[in-house]
Amino acid sequence: MTVNGILQIVLYFVILIALVKPLGAYMARVYEGQPIRLARLLGPIERLIYRLSGIQPEQEMNWKTYAVAMLIFSAFGLLVLYVIERVQAGLPLNPQNFSSLPPDLAYNTAASFTTNTNWQNYGGETTMSYLTQMMGLTVKNFVSAAVGMAMAIALIRGFARRTAQTIGNFWVDTVRGTLYILMPIALVLALVLVSQGVVQTLDDYKTVPLVQATSYDRPMLDAAGYPLQDASGSPIMETVNVTNQVIAVGPAASQVAIKHLGTNGGGFFNANSAHPLESSTPLTDFLEILAETCIAAALTYTFGKMVKDTRQGWAILTVMVIVLAVGIFGAYAAEVNGNPKLTPLGVDQVSTDLNPGGNMEGKEVRFGIARSAIFATATTATSTGAVDSMHDSFMPLGGLVPLAMMQFSETILGGTGSGLYGMLIFAIIAVFIAGLMVGRTPEYLGKKIEAYEMKMASLIILIMPLIVLFFTALATVTKEGNAGPLNPGPHGFSEILYAFSSMGNNNGSAFAGLTGNTPFYNFTGSLAMLMGRFWLAIPTLAIAGSLARKKIVPVSAGTLPTHTPLFIALLIGVVIIIGVLVFLPALGLGPIVEHLKMIAP
Amino acid sequence: MRTLLRPAIVLFVLLTVLTGLIYPLLVTGIAQVVFPRQANGSLIMKDGQAIGSELIGQPFDDPKYFWGRLSATGPFPYNAAASSGSNLGPTNPALIAEVQGRIDALKAADPTNTQPIPVDLVTSSGSGLDPNISPAAALYQAPRVAMARGLDVAKVQALIAQYTEDRQLGILGEPRVNVLQLNLALDALKPGS
Repeated sequence: MTVNGILQIVLYFVILIALVKPLGAYMARVYEGQPIRLARLLGPIERLIYRLSGIQPEQEMNWKTYAVAMLIFSAFGLLVLYVIERVQAGLPLNPQNFSSLPPDLAYNTAASFTTNTNWQNYGGETTMSYLTQMMGLTVKNFVSAAVGMAMAIALIRGFARRTAQTIGNFWVDTVRGTLYILMPIALVLALVLVSQGVVQTLDDYKTVPLVQATSYDRPMLDAAGYPLQDASGSPIMETVNVTNQVIAVGPAASQVAIKHLGTNGGGFFNANSAHPLESSTPLTDFLEILAETCIAAALTYTFGKMVKDTRQGWAILTVMVIVLAVGIFGAYAAEVNGNPKLTPLGVDQVSTDLNPGGNMEGKEVRFGIARSAIFATATTATSTGAVDSMHDSFMPLGGLVPLAMMQFSETILGGTGSGLYGMLIFAIIAVFIAGLMVGRTPEYLGKKIEAYEMKMASLIILIMPLIVLFFTALATVTKEGNAGPLNPGPHGFSEILYAFSSMGNNNGSAFAGLTGNTPFYNFTGSLAMLMGRFWLAIPTLAIAGSLARKKIVPVSAGTLPTHTPLFIALLIGVVIIIGVLVFLPALGLGPIVEHLKMIAP
Repeated sequence: MRTLLRPAIVLFVLLTVLTGLIYPLLVTGIAQVVFPRQANGSLIMKDGQAIGSELIGQPFDDPKYFWGRLSATGPFPYNAAASSGSNLGPTNPALIAEVQGRIDALKAADPTNTQPIPVDLVTSSGSGLDPNISPAAALYQAPRVAMARGLDVAKVQALIAQYTEDRQLGILGEPRVNVLQLNLALDALKPGS
């Protein structure tokens, strides 16, 4: 590790934590319907939306109505995106004349962007028209994030209210989150990104001459498009000279801003934030990481504010930050020493001020090792899934960190909204376990945790590993599944495990060597993503509804305080033991055995 | 259920207009006015013609040019219409073979250079379009480029220093050299200067 690398990590945490209170307090005002300055400007738009949609903003919903509204809204959005992808060839703003998507890929992508996963079985600049990127994908980036935040707020209301039947209005929460939180921040961020070199244009792709021409060989085709073969049966090759470079551009910055802010992660370009026109400088990299973590971190303060005890929010944030910091330093340590297989070849991998050093395969020089380690950990701890370096080429233990971060059920900051509600479920389980130890009825924030809440919480923590491990197992025993991996040996298994950990947890990053654009992975992946999102969201809302109905139990001598270091340690233990331990055998077959094989003499 | 259908559909359509049309077009409009160069790909212009992008690398393997990172884009390197990394795992023999191939090419172009080779010069970038190499990777190549062009090594090193960018704000990222701009500057040198 270098001094500069450690400084970059510390700087990130300092600025992230400084944002928590102002942003968190602002979000509490937005969701509690208190007056905010932006409402003077956007209030008329908000009211117009309600009027046109026939929404009565003051009419609250019980948890079942809230859940059904969320499901209908998401299902309709999925359908619209699917249709846009299927007919994009006939729509405007398609300067590269891309054809429409085949059904399995269109469905996978629609499910992916609806569930805030943004798993991508396509390359953006070779598949999607500008119209699809804007009116299909950018829209989903906004609304899937706003829906996640709405559900977190609904759960918070469950804790904050007493003997109430309702947990808020889904439409209002979604509209206000989009209008007052996501859009304004995304607008500013997008413009800062452009100032650094992230493209934003509706023009055709640019063509420039190459300074030094290059060439490549390709098989010759006959008139019917089949490769020609010589007498011995091997294909006849022809040499193609390349004298120009076609540079893909497009309305990228507007999408990249919300892709991070909404913890979506779906890249405008295939290489995602490694692409110099998607993240052009170290500053854009820094801002993209900050954007994808700031709402999730600040929601802990919103939570504290709304339950009228900000210490509770800080305790939750402390748990998240500790685990995140361990992950970042772990990934950094694994990557900075480089690849032992390259040292004997005479490669200089020592980090200095002239040489980034470390394992540079799949990484960009402008980011180097420290930035790539922060990005990889933050993007998987949150449910973002963008990448600024190729995780598939990380060292075995470096790749273990993002894999484990996803397997924490996206609770270490997590997705916008979904991270907080995931962590609150773990908090419920932690007080339950503590309650068992001392033989008292567990309570959290004055609400008794009873059989119904525990049933729902158990469902939530069991469903995710079941999805991930079932589909991973299915892929490893089928021909179609085994056709996917690029790399041989345990690393190939890691690619499959990573894929389903990513989709089951709605992350979206990949060990991208895996060929995912096949009917098998498109279909199983869609299922994993939809179950990973909605099978967890519904029991979460059920808990919210049940908690809202309860009375507040007064604090007594037997109450376990949930803002103390003791509880923080307990919660970290629960998250690790219940969250990640279930994956240890699978991790053992992938990155751990690969590491051991690598260091074996 | 029925009462939820209309809000769901109308709201989604309205949010599509707002976030999928108004928002990106607003960003495009402002960007094109305030940052037209960056918004259009940071193109390097010469005599009114775009001759490359500051942010997109190009393939080089002529000894008289500085070489950039390896690029895994298909079907040819630095294909800026189809970005991609190699995605080779750290223990994959194909990765070792690729690194060895680059080392052999570097050694063949400059057999006298026995320095250890900086790692970024023998590995593929994440995007396949990395415009930069490290200062160490540029300095490693300086003697070869100087020899091929009949230039003084000190002159080439001075040019590297001129095209070296420090960490942003003094702390973020890594120091880096823009390969395309450095090569264009080399080509622009007057012969014999």
